[in-house]
Amino acid sequence: MDPRLDRDQGLRMTVSSPRYAVSSYLYRRPKLRLGMLLSAPFLWLGLAYLGALAALFVTAFWHTDSFTGQVVTEWSLDNFKTLFTDTVYRTITFRTVWIAALVTVIDAVIAFPMAFYMAKFASPRAQRILVIAVMTPLWASYLVKAYAWRTMLSGNGVLHWLLNPFGLDGPGYGLPATVITLSYLWLPYMILPIYAGLERLPNSLVDASGDLGAKAGRTFRSVILPLTFPAIVAGSIFTFSLSLGDYIAVKIVGGTSQMLGNVVYDNIGAANNLPFAATVATVPVVIMLVYLAAVRRTGALDNL
Amino acid sequence: MSIRKTARLLVGLAGVGILVAACGTSSTSSSPGAPGGQGFQAPNLPALSALGQPEGELSVLAWPGYAENGSNDPKVDWVTPFEKETGCKVSVKPFGTSDEAVTLMKTGQYDVVSASGDASLRLIAAGDVEPVNTALIPNYADVYDFLKNKPWNSVNGAAYGVPHGWGANVLTWRSDKVTPAPDSWSVMFDANSPYKGKITAYDSPIYIADAALYLMKTKPDLGIKNPYALDDKQFQAAVDLLKVQRPMVSEYWSDYLKESQSLKSGDSVVGTAWQVTVNLTKSEGAPVESVLPKEGATGWSDTWMVSAKSPHKTCAYKWMNHIISPQANAQVAEYFGESPANAKACALTTDTKHCDNYHAGDAAYAAQIHYWTTPIVQCLDGRTDVKCKDYSEWTRAWTEIKG
Repeated sequence: MDPRLDRDQGLRMTVSSPRYAVSSYLYRRPKLRLGMLLSAPFLWLGLAYLGALAALFVTAFWHTDSFTGQVVTEWSLDNFKTLFTDTVYRTITFRTVWIAALVTVIDAVIAFPMAFYMAKFASPRAQRILVIAVMTPLWASYLVKAYAWRTMLSGNGVLHWLLNPFGLDGPGYGLPATVITLSYLWLPYMILPIYAGLERLPNSLVDASGDLGAKAGRTFRSVILPLTFPAIVAGSIFTFSLSLGDYIAVKIVGGTSQMLGNVVYDNIGAANNLPFAATVATVPVVIMLVYLAAVRRTGALDNL
Repeated sequence: MSIRKTARLLVGLAGVGILVAACGTSSTSSSPGAPGGQGFQAPNLPALSALGQPEGELSVLAWPGYAENGSNDPKVDWVTPFEKETGCKVSVKPFGTSDEAVTLMKTGQYDVVSASGDASLRLIAAGDVEPVNTALIPNYADVYDFLKNKPWNSVNGAAYGVPHGWGANVLTWRSDKVTPAPDSWSVMFDANSPYKGKITAYDSPIYIADAALYLMKTKPDLGIKNPYALDDKQFQAAVDLLKVQRPMVSEYWSDYLKESQSLKSGDSVVGTAWQVTVNLTKSEGAPVESVLPKEGATGWSDTWMVSAKSPHKTCAYKWMNHIISPQANAQVAEYFGESPANAKACALTTDTKHCDNYHAGDAAYAAQIHYWTTPIVQCLDGRTDVKCKDYSEWTRAWTEIKG
């Protein structure tokens, strides 16, 4: 039998089925097809992300009845006034930004040499193993890691035991402990983008720099660093934003210190003042928007 | 994307935002009721007039250790007998601070709550809990009279719950690291405390009252009569004292397990604690002791209250009757480390001296403890010539103290 005939028969059979009708209808309308495909993610982005942000911003202008704790939907700028005039919130904001910046710098300094070795010196096999090794801590729960640091930083923990013979003492619970813990937690998020950036850097450029007489330091400053800078900035977006919003690590190892996240948490949990919590929560959002606007020019957003 | 499409998307987003915001708003209207003797209006809600058939379910919001179902310790269980007796399946949600309890009660998901005095009035004023018809609770008759109809569990003579038990926030210390044994809060508040950096304190605005109590005894010229009724000057003094304390504090705790761990590891050697924390830490081998210091102490007198929105009110009343029954009340009191509310519970504790140790039934001793109460603008000590700081100011100050 002629195979073409057979195919025609098959076609005719599928033409009559409703599934074929739907698919041919969609085939003729590519925009509808795209719309249906994207509607679920867009609804998610719109409702869960941007809608929640809009609700947050609206709530920030309300206040609560001080005794019954119910939200009063009257518009006022009182929350923002408190936020800007009370020195304590300024102190906490600066402290939080400072911690986030310090964590970012520490992570960048630790991550760069590691990523450099992984991308340029390790064999392909070792590369794969190292990438897995960097990712392994992400398999463990955040809380497990934070509590592990709590135990290590304790007055009779491992750090104390290690440093004691040298006449030193561990940092104890406090801001240094918070910075150490956060730097540990977010390190993989810094290593991976830098590693990816360095991998894309052609070896020939480094060789050319050497051929033209540049020493190692000069090559690093004039060739490697400018070309991988967007990758470092991409990593910093993760470490900076993650540290900015963190409130659990500081509660576990931070002693008495508090960050912006704690103020938000306390206003929801303890003070039951949702509007003021919303006001405080807009601060990291604004800081991140400024940060993203600043780094947009470096091309870091293409490196995420 | 074309400009028109973008505009349409934005309009849609704004609409969604407003919708979400509107859904998140709770109604602020409340029916005016009789003006309360405590300077607030309690909404006019009826108490239950008769019990029906148990609804088969009960959702309990409780301090840790108040509703044990054997999951923490198989021997500690007074929930299962209740379930067997009434057919009400109990789910328990523990909370760490009174503020958390108030926030959670607002969701309307819980039928009963064990509220301390700094939560009860707020719950009453917000209409989250309703009056309780004590005639429907047979065991109420056995409750010590000095616990009934108190400002924290009643309004204008109408009971809003049943007393559960009471106790003090004690001073605890590691007996191997703190000598001599302290008998004063000064080890926590004095700027020259030898235990600087090893102090742990309760992480809640209500802790300001502990500082006020200390000042009440050490600086009588401030004229503090009630640590929950502080005018501007008294409040400032308490806040300043806590700011002196802050650099000496290793950690603030709101989770009693975190405090226990910190005492065990020696990162904290002295602090304010609940007796249950001390018992737990001791049972795990750490040498800790506790005392009611000579300045007195803040404390709690807890009340079981029933949610106004509860769909399981018969089960709720059965629970309130069960938890103050001699047997269950004795078990809770011993496990948590507090005085039982039911006089008959004292005969049933495994430690026959429990009631003596905790001064159960000792109205004079109970009067020395300053029970947690919600600070309001009208001074609770009866002064009418000044305004006192209300709880929202306490909350704000607490953030400021922690810095």
